[in-house]
Amino acid sequence: MSDAFLQVRDLKVHFPVRTGGILIGEYTPLKAVDGVSFDLNPGETLGVVGESGCGKSTLGRAVLQLVGATDGVVSWLGTDLTSLNKKELIAARENLQIVFQDPLASLDPRMTAGDIIAEPLKNYRPQMTKAERRAEVKDMMERVGLLPRMINRYPHEFSGGQCQRIGIARAMILKPKLVVCDEPVSALDVSIQAQVVNLLKSLQREFGLALLFISHDLSIVRHISDRVMVLYLGKVMELADKSALYAQPRHPYTQALLSAVPIPDPAKERNKDRILLTGDLPSPLSPPSGCVFRTRCPKATEVCAQHVPQLDPVEDGHTVACHHWNT
Amino acid sequence: MPSVLEIDRLTVSFDTPDGAVQAVNDVSLSVNAGECLGLVGESGSGKSQTFMAAMGLLADNGTASGEIRLDGVNLLSAKESELNKLRGERIAMIFQDPMTSLTPHMRIGRQLAEVVIEHKNVSKDEARQRALDMLKRVHIPEAERRLDMYPHELSGGLRQRVMIAMALMCEPAVIIADEPTTALDVTVQAQILDLLMEVKDTLGTAIVLITHDLGVVAGLADRVAVMYGGRIVERGTVDEIFAQPAHPYTQGLLKCTPRLDTDTETLVTIPGQPPNLQSLPPGCSFHPRCPHVFDRCESERPTLDEVASGRAKACHLETLEAAQ
Repeated sequence: MSDAFLQVRDLKVHFPVRTGGILIGEYTPLKAVDGVSFDLNPGETLGVVGESGCGKSTLGRAVLQLVGATDGVVSWLGTDLTSLNKKELIAARENLQIVFQDPLASLDPRMTAGDIIAEPLKNYRPQMTKAERRAEVKDMMERVGLLPRMINRYPHEFSGGQCQRIGIARAMILKPKLVVCDEPVSALDVSIQAQVVNLLKSLQREFGLALLFISHDLSIVRHISDRVMVLYLGKVMELADKSALYAQPRHPYTQALLSAVPIPDPAKERNKDRILLTGDLPSPLSPPSGCVFRTRCPKATEVCAQHVPQLDPVEDGHTVACHHWNT
Repeated sequence: MPSVLEIDRLTVSFDTPDGAVQAVNDVSLSVNAGECLGLVGESGSGKSQTFMAAMGLLADNGTASGEIRLDGVNLLSAKESELNKLRGERIAMIFQDPMTSLTPHMRIGRQLAEVVIEHKNVSKDEARQRALDMLKRVHIPEAERRLDMYPHELSGGLRQRVMIAMALMCEPAVIIADEPTTALDVTVQAQILDLLMEVKDTLGTAIVLITHDLGVVAGLADRVAVMYGGRIVERGTVDEIFAQPAHPYTQGLLKCTPRLDTDTETLVTIPGQPPNLQSLPPGCSFHPRCPHVFDRCESERPTLDEVASGRAKACHLETLEAAQ
């Protein structure tokens, strides 16, 4: 990539967790994100999938520096965000926004929809007059499918889907270049999910913004992403173009994940060969040696316990971290 | 097949400061022995409250009318003692969140044993043995050790297995599973759905699967009922409902669900919002969002009419064009 947009290199986020000690605590690092690297291009959507505890939300937050990185580089338009001081970071965040999972909890209950959407403008465009701001907010409300006359209402007066539209309007009002969407539709009903996914897609086309779309729902990720990254216990298992990942998943974990997703088609569901994983996610405090997935992997052998698999290129733009992907 | 649970013209309403809210309206359903009935709908459609009423678990401000019959007993008019005899022994429930539905300060073994001690009058040792057998039956690894654990020591998937084990302790005729896999990761969800399928096939337990996830229903259910705004809008076998939905809401729901096996540029949506139960639209509740709406829909509420054996729909349309 010559024009560096977002480059994440070997990003690590470790949280110290107290595991013992009476007077002097003993701490074990919880490796929420452990050596993740990826690029994101302008106008592109990268889907991040994985089960709970795989570090996908922490990754999204670390990209925006909402949680500090333990190690690694988050290079945004050529600047390493991890090296910026608070003031510089605030300036950089004009182009970096986030949409959260819980639509109601992410909105201040004592602010009106209009004030919530206008807040980024107040912070980053202080020269705007109140009337200009209001006009801009109404314009944005219309674009995200909210009635502009609802500008003075409070979050509790809106439905879940509408609250998520407010959250999206707030993220979009500065016309950012990158928006991290952290499970933006998981809390919504199916019929509303589709509306919000379509809205995100059309806003992306309109503003040319890049999305980091974090979700546990592989069906939705398929519909919105250009490329998809699969995480497991803080590590990248597979990263590929959407078409390659869904048509020919190479990592045993990706294969199991995809085969576990129920398809709304009774005939297909009944005849599906499911790869059932045994057991549960190991504790992230004491991850397995070697490949972190080996304890649940149907292909695991001795080598998996001894060596951490590196990301191997399968073909252009498709990498997989597995000792046995081609066997 | 004989029906084990029959719901007849059930209406559930809640007194709220803003007036009465009808969460369930004139719902009739039957659950046959050994089958899995999928009950599908979005939040507020009344799918959970229908069976909360059956279990006698409505909130204090809720009242139910109509009849829910189990073994010839009307659960709605039954005395608490009668209800307690049936609940757990003949009908059991599995909830969405296994952490909040298990008692946090009681060991797993005791929680399971309690059910049989209460209903089957067996000794403590016998009950513990049965608890152990049941944990093994739901494929919990190291079952002996788990008996003495507390719920917080288990993962979400294991807790849900414990819930299923608890529901099965007295081998009930019906299990109500209310969003049993919604809180679980997709690989664990697959394990739990497999287990429910096994329970149905080997023990012949009827399962009512309440969910918003059409994929989950497709794999497990034999028959499906779709609810919208507190009413059943369509009923049929799982194949009929998915292949030829007869109600525009069912069709819309199927079309707007993103599927793993297809890739479309834009998802089809159902426009508008789910209905507010306090001010349901006149006529058909779905008409403000329906692409096929015509004047009759706005004034006259369609009744749930049988169109073929076992197949019913509440829609004024004669036929619904198949989706492209």
